[in-house]
Amino acid sequence: MAVDTPPATPAGQAGAQRPPAASRLRLLGSGDAVITFVLVLFLLVAALSVEGFASARNTGFLLLDVVVIVLIALPLTLVIVTGEIDLSVASTVGLSSAVMGQLWFAGLPLETVIPLCLLLGAVLGAVNGFFVTRLGLPSLAVTIGTLALYRGLAFVVLGDRAVADFPRSWTTWAISTIGGTGIPVVVVPLLVLVLVTAVVLHATPVGRSLYAMGNSEDAARFSGIDVGRTKFWLFVVTGVVSALGGVYWTLRYGSARADNAQGLELQVIAAILLGGVSIFGGRGGLLGVLAGALLLGSVRNALQLENVPADVLNIVTGGLLVVAVVAPQVAGWVRSRTRPRPAGPPNAPPARPAPDTRPSTDPAVQVPADQRGNR
Amino acid sequence: MTSFLTRRRLQGGVTGFAVAALVLTTAACGGTTRGEEETTAGGDAAASANPDAEIPEGLAVGFLPKQVNNPYFSVASAGAEAATGEFSGEYTETGPSEASASSQVSYINTLSQQGTDVILTSANDPNAICSALDQARSAGSSVVTFDSDTDPECRDVFINQATTEGIAQTQVDLIAEQTGGQGQVAILSATANATNQNTWIAAMEEYAAAEHPGLEFVATVYGDDEDEKSFQETQGLLQTYPDLAGIISPTTVGIAAAARYLSGSEFKGQVALTGLGTPNQMREYVQDGTVQSFALWNPEDLGYLAAYAGAALAAGQITGAEGETFEAGELGEYTVGADGVVVLGDPTVFTAENIGDFDF
Amino acid sequence: MSERAGSPVDTARPTATPTPAAPPTERPGRGAALVHRLVVVRELGILAALLLLVVVTVVANPRFLSGQNVRDLLISASILTVLAAGQTVVVVTRNVDLSVGSTLGLSAYATGTLLVTAPGTPVPVAVLAGVVVGALCGLLNGVIVAVAKVPSLVVTLGTLYAFRGIDSLWASQSGRLQINAADLPDGFKAIAGARVLGIPVLFLVAVVVVVAVGFVLRSYRSGRELYGIGSDPDAARLSGIPVGRRVLAAFVVSGALAGLAGVMYAARFQTLDATAGTGQELFVVAAAVVGGVAIFGGSGSVYGAALGALLLTTIGAALPQLGLDPFWREAAVGALILAAIVLDRSLSLRLARRLRGRNLRGS
Repeated sequence: MAVDTPPATPAGQAGAQRPPAASRLRLLGSGDAVITFVLVLFLLVAALSVEGFASARNTGFLLLDVVVIVLIALPLTLVIVTGEIDLSVASTVGLSSAVMGQLWFAGLPLETVIPLCLLLGAVLGAVNGFFVTRLGLPSLAVTIGTLALYRGLAFVVLGDRAVADFPRSWTTWAISTIGGTGIPVVVVPLLVLVLVTAVVLHATPVGRSLYAMGNSEDAARFSGIDVGRTKFWLFVVTGVVSALGGVYWTLRYGSARADNAQGLELQVIAAILLGGVSIFGGRGGLLGVLAGALLLGSVRNALQLENVPADVLNIVTGGLLVVAVVAPQVAGWVRSRTRPRPAGPPNAPPARPAPDTRPSTDPAVQVPADQRGNR
Repeated sequence: MTSFLTRRRLQGGVTGFAVAALVLTTAACGGTTRGEEETTAGGDAAASANPDAEIPEGLAVGFLPKQVNNPYFSVASAGAEAATGEFSGEYTETGPSEASASSQVSYINTLSQQGTDVILTSANDPNAICSALDQARSAGSSVVTFDSDTDPECRDVFINQATTEGIAQTQVDLIAEQTGGQGQVAILSATANATNQNTWIAAMEEYAAAEHPGLEFVATVYGDDEDEKSFQETQGLLQTYPDLAGIISPTTVGIAAAARYLSGSEFKGQVALTGLGTPNQMREYVQDGTVQSFALWNPEDLGYLAAYAGAALAAGQITGAEGETFEAGELGEYTVGADGVVVLGDPTVFTAENIGDFDF
Repeated sequence: MSERAGSPVDTARPTATPTPAAPPTERPGRGAALVHRLVVVRELGILAALLLLVVVTVVANPRFLSGQNVRDLLISASILTVLAAGQTVVVVTRNVDLSVGSTLGLSAYATGTLLVTAPGTPVPVAVLAGVVVGALCGLLNGVIVAVAKVPSLVVTLGTLYAFRGIDSLWASQSGRLQINAADLPDGFKAIAGARVLGIPVLFLVAVVVVVAVGFVLRSYRSGRELYGIGSDPDAARLSGIPVGRRVLAAFVVSGALAGLAGVMYAARFQTLDATAGTGQELFVVAAAVVGGVAIFGGSGSVYGAALGALLLTTIGAALPQLGLDPFWREAAVGALILAAIVLDRSLSLRLARRLRGRNLRGS
């Protein structure tokens, strides 16, 4: 994946202004092209060879299964582009679902319950953001903690009960389709959100600053970007959107439960990474993420129609994820072998060893090496 | 300055998200509260049954357990497959790898999309799969639930493994026999919202209060049908209630885990254990004296009956209305009860004498 | 792994264009002693939390410290401890192994299958088989991470799915969905209840593993190099440490220990299906983090991780005794993780300040 983001040099100001309009277009085009191509190819093959795949009805089933994944992938992509991660999204879905069930059970009108759930999502996101940006803790560790904490609180709120008597008009709306097209109604607002996110990421200074942060936080900071603030708000947005996912999940299945969407974070992250977003930040585009989520969903759908057992589906999902990260490395390696570049720095991907470019986050370890003090 | 701009824009984005979210959620009319909506009337009673209809050949029967690779359901599946063979249908088994509320939905959709005539399923959640089942039924599938029911509106027939009373009384009688009808009794259940377990527990407590007043039900704990959790819950019970006389575990995973814990602890032979278990899992503990007796219906018969009920529905022999009858192969004739429930029969009690005769 | 702490206050780190920090194998000065003391203090902190929890619980229910209960607790903790020890080895190199739960499941099922199909298999051979299965899983992870140079978070997330899929596919294809206690030979089942001087053998195994891993990490050059890699991979590479080989080895160790944990699981629970160990990765990573192992590598000890595992297990056992809903367990684990990383952060910042102050005076 020859994405053209600037190399991760802490060279300072230049970083933020680097990607000009042309390269931004390429970012949309070439980086995501591979996964989009794979998706189109797969859809064609499946439509021709899998009985019942290419029908309006099945399209509806398929889309309903990926709606929440795509929804949460939108803000999470932005978070990952800045080099952070949020593993607590599925637990936020569960907690907002549990709270929604409990409040509805207590007799509050849905029109009040839902904004409260979104507010809750904002708070949960703000907690993540606070720990990461104000206290400077690694987002991986923080959100592993809140993954457990939020899921645990969901069980504390609702226990093992399920609240299921949501109004039929709402639950049927959640799965209704547009006429005979099979396309779920919710796809329309979802597409609006996709567009908004795509514009923010790919066509605004904000988007550019996110890539800049992902490539070199210091450089981004030097160039005047308020890194902490931006990231904080990204976590808040992720919380709100995840809570929205929880509300939708509850209505779609007509059942509020604490264990709703357990493990969904893995599927969302798998879709994002399959879409070509680098887990180290700084690289990837939204079109790829959309294609990644649809590819995962279509593969599962088609294999299910072919009566492939669930075990094999899990192997395929895991395998796809590994292939998605290994393939660009191999491609880069092959390219560098077959077509050695005479001048200039080598292309970023192959040269980028696993966790680098970043000094340790733990000064306790750094210090003994270079301090020689004596009292 | 860039930072200021950035923040502004980002906050603008946040607002955008929030607005879109609100639009999305308040699309319906205002002020919907709980208990306002009328519940829709029961199933489609319009169709009439023809008891003499033939089961057509080549019926596509789809079997969807709570979770694949679960030994209990694989025995039930064997029964359903045998029945499907008898009426010359086509059999498929499918299902999710984890037993969560929502995971069955896409499998129901798939079965429906494949044009399955009969869907046999055991629900992980009584409501989460309802709309998917409704869609499948309007696309022409007959839906039979077994083991764990859904909301009665969402299926045609439910095959109940045994009556609530039958199961509750059998287990309470067994524990009363083993403890001499005196002392503290605890219950190790599956998940806290497992429909069937909860009904049984309520019935057990009621029956015990009437018939065995010496038994005191001190606690109900949940092992979530996970072996490890059930094992630890048993361990916790014995710490919390040192004078415990007996444990009833109305779930196959729970009783096996509890038996294994007891057999390796100082409580072996001291604390009575009974409940619902499979002979294969319990054989060892019956032989080593940890467990005197336990009960279960035959899951193979359950699957077998479910498949025949599905075929009878698809053929039009029954519609799921009370009083209709159908033939279930070698199990004989069954009658549909109230709410479309068909009862398999009384559970079998297994002891050291007869356990060798069963293999499931 | 993701990167960057994003700390606005993180002045302690070296500039981003490093004259690479000298490898930590240089002379250990007083600063190192101070760091070591910090680690000890940190571990004493967990121990204190553990003691407090036990005391409170005993007050609520004196039977909590009965012989049977303590034995059960130690056995419960031993499997998590072995997993956490393996995880520590990987995490100090700034990697993570999320596939341990699935590896445990695969190894437990493999061991069970071996014992069922060949009941005469001597117990040590069965143990070895489980460890080898785990090591192979670890080898696969390690090769992808170290050779293809892709982030371990992604790779092991993928193999988490894949190993579990292989496990349940195996179970369904072999027609042996569940291995029951009655199928396993007595010699193997005896491990679960076996005791030496009243201490359960499974717990002793965990202790041996922790001590051995701790010794290697502390006293062998290759062990200390793992910390160097975690602190600064580039510097480690420049100073001649074979980073790829070390990381690969770390994954093999983690896999092998997950395999051993699988055998222990099989011996303890004796009812095996394809879901054994599902979701354990959360508790394993939690145990390590609570025990003071920095998620971005370079610091933390296996003893801390073991104490973390013991603390998490004790919380699970103590909640019902305290009359709290068991649902609180996961929330408590989450809160503990957050508390632990905040504590680590403030401790290391304080340490950095002190060391810097001394540096200024010294130079």
